Amino acid sequence: MKVGVLGLQGDVREHCTALDGAGATPVVVKTADSLASVDALVMPGGESTTIGKLLDRFELLEPLRDRAESGMPLYGTCAGAILMSKEIAGPHDAPFRVPVLDVVTRRNAYGRQVDSFETDIAVRGLDEAFRAVFIRAPVFEDVGDAVEILASVDDRAVLVRQGRFLASTFHPEMTGDNRVHELFVSIVRGAL
Amino acid sequence: MTETTRETGGLRVKRGLAEMLKGGVIMDVTTAEQAKIAEDAGAVAVMALERVPADIRAEGGVVRMADPEKIAEIVESVSVPVMAKCRIGHFVEAQVLQSLGVDYIDESEVLTPADESHHVNKWDFDVPFVCGATNLGEALRRIGEGAAMIRSKGEAGTGNVVEAVRHMRSILSAMRKLQSLGDEELMSEAKEHRAPFELVREVARTGKLPVVLFTAGGIATPADAALMMQLGADGVFVGSGIFKSGDPATRARAIVEATTHFEDADIIAKVSRGLGDAMVGINIGDIPEQERLATRGW
Repeated sequence: MKVGVLGLQGDVREHCTALDGAGATPVVVKTADSLASVDALVMPGGESTTIGKLLDRFELLEPLRDRAESGMPLYGTCAGAILMSKEIAGPHDAPFRVPVLDVVTRRNAYGRQVDSFETDIAVRGLDEAFRAVFIRAPVFEDVGDAVEILASVDDRAVLVRQGRFLASTFHPEMTGDNRVHELFVSIVRGAL
Repeated sequence: MTETTRETGGLRVKRGLAEMLKGGVIMDVTTAEQAKIAEDAGAVAVMALERVPADIRAEGGVVRMADPEKIAEIVESVSVPVMAKCRIGHFVEAQVLQSLGVDYIDESEVLTPADESHHVNKWDFDVPFVCGATNLGEALRRIGEGAAMIRSKGEAGTGNVVEAVRHMRSILSAMRKLQSLGDEELMSEAKEHRAPFELVREVARTGKLPVVLFTAGGIATPADAALMMQLGADGVFVGSGIFKSGDPATRARAIVEATTHFEDADIIAKVSRGLGDAMVGINIGDIPEQERLATRGW
């Protein structure tokens, strides 16, 4: 199973390592050709403003939307989750997106870098707590009926699933704990 | 309901923000207007400072942290992280920058040092720091003081990439050498590098720094940025190279695109066309020893 990691900018390497640990073959995706060769795609952490602009400039937005809408599983972390959101709540927008996930997302919702934090969270379906790292993280302010909330912090959703789409506002790729990536790999397996 | 306990200011969130900047370009800006141009071009972060290095070189004088008013305007104007520079050893400038809400502090040799023996004790802060280094020992000393990101220094404000190449090669080749040594050789190697032993041992084991390694100092063209990426940088700082060039917006965008596709010469060729004049460069040999910025830092 080939799982792409969008490689325009961000913590691409960490996602590749986590996917490898979760039993998938990671492929860095920077072009439409490499996108066509993968079974699923992870959109990594990074700067959503930058990644969105690069998706647009290198003409990846349309092919990515087409693939996501025609059945390709997608997982976004932090910036990636912003780029999957149907709606962005101000003040900062993210104009270039693949809006497949029925959530309203607010960027930098906890404050600036000094407010970045880590904490243990309970994830539905996992026995043990998961150490979640939030870096200038967004929040899902509102989620649609079709969206299942798998984890929350202070009553706000931080890990959500909508069918073959998975999104987290935190960074499971940073802790060496591959359980969220294993969940995504099992979603990909189910979609093949 | 009780609030979740949030652990802030830890090593992982400090180093983690730098991880999120990888593959990106961080641009020097002196005004909110320049910050917007940088963000629109695709910068992953902006660096707020009083004057860009080329102007510092031309005008001289003591160079300090930027005006807090300016920094606050820049923080307000963009959605990407904002970094700002403090003088080497000037921990009160660092306290002020943390209070202003900047996302990263650059304890920078480009400003006039405030302490000729000591750097800021960066462990005292919740905000993360990036520091410059010309070689592995300097990088590990800064990490030992709490730096969460390293940039190779280069020679800022010259538009000449030769020193950036020298410093990047020096850091990377020293790390490769460490990997080839036996455990019993590491202590004397730590002594050679004047670096903390535990960090030397960690690099010998992993073959890389425990933090992200960007490059800086003299990058002026898309090809310069791609060169540094191919040599092994995780990302690029561009200072004077953008706003001292003929067409900052176009050049900034081209440098971003070349950094993303640093291994694709066709794309680098395409984005490098018709950028107008690059900044006027300076040969390193023409700069008197005492005016070289990279030698600042201890």
